Amino acid sequence: MSHTADTLHHDDGAVVKEIWKVTGILSALTIIELILGFWMMGISSSGMVMTIKGTIVILMIAKAFYIVAYFMHLKHELKNLIMTIVVPLALFIWFITAFLYEGNSYKNLKNRYDPYKKQQTEIKVQKNEEVNESKKTAE
Amino acid sequence: MSTITTTAAPSKLWSGGKSPFNVEYGKLMMWYFLMSDAFTFGAFLIAYGTTRFASNGWPNPNEVFRSFPFAPEGVHAPLVFVSIMTFILIISSVTMVLAVHAGKNMDKQAVVKNLIFTIIGGIAFLSCQAWEWNHLHNEGAWWGANPFLNADGSQSLNHFTNFFFTITGFHGFHVLSGVVINIVMLIMTLMDKFEQRGHYLMIEKAGLYWHFVDLVWVFVFTCFYLI
Repeated sequence: MSHTADTLHHDDGAVVKEIWKVTGILSALTIIELILGFWMMGISSSGMVMTIKGTIVILMIAKAFYIVAYFMHLKHELKNLIMTIVVPLALFIWFITAFLYEGNSYKNLKNRYDPYKKQQTEIKVQKNEEVNESKKTAE
Repeated sequence: MSTITTTAAPSKLWSGGKSPFNVEYGKLMMWYFLMSDAFTFGAFLIAYGTTRFASNGWPNPNEVFRSFPFAPEGVHAPLVFVSIMTFILIISSVTMVLAVHAGKNMDKQAVVKNLIFTIIGGIAFLSCQAWEWNHLHNEGAWWGANPFLNADGSQSLNHFTNFFFTITGFHGFHVLSGVVINIVMLIMTLMDKFEQRGHYLMIEKAGLYWHFVDLVWVFVFTCFYLI
């Protein structure tokens, strides 16, 4: 066997090891997300819920990083290539901030200047199942 | 970061005679296609987020997505089914990496084996999604029809189901295309096309696409089912 084949073989084990390591990280992050999701169901404090949701979003970005960097192999490409992919995607930071701010502001303005509409959206409706059940009992 | 090549001879990379990005043309174009696709999905998800931020109420995903196949009536299992779907996609992504890796070693047997696992994973995911869509449709949810109430008990708008079906549908269509691409790759591998070419670069490109599908699911899963 030539020298190059030997080094290839040496890299081989390391690459496969890295794949399984990243698989473990991705699974662990998903399980943490799910635990947070289940935990969140029983919490009524909106501040706490927002904190958990923020944590889930951070974990989501971590997962995205591991998939792109290791599974899609971007981390091992040349820096020039990485930059042509990552720099345009940085637009998302502004894209998300601006649109969510806009949505929130639209809601606040609408609620302030159209109180009738706000009242309409606050009317409680009976669930279909409950309606059916109440019909049954009436009969 | 592996910047050894760049720091060693940055000028030589751009002085002609070889690819400055050190990747094959098709693979580079696959990266740029995926980047544009990321903007498409991003635009969908941001539109969803904006609408949700602009609404006074929104349905609780744990009350909407709480069904499970073959579960008896009245049993609610929020997050369980979708977490299975998530793991199916992660595992199929892992087998795809293994197939790409085997391709680099010119190991045809391992490529075939891992591609078959990946295809099975893709089909399993699509089946789960078909079941879920069918279930929601039976509950009365569809484009333009939203039987669910907001978390606070008030009337919900159709935005919720419209966004859900459009975005998971668009993602599901990507999974379907990925499965078709992987089946084509499997047939080409079995026909020894890549052995004749002397490289398995096509598998790498199909792999990039497949990982992107998994990547998008990470975002869809979080935005629709978790938060």
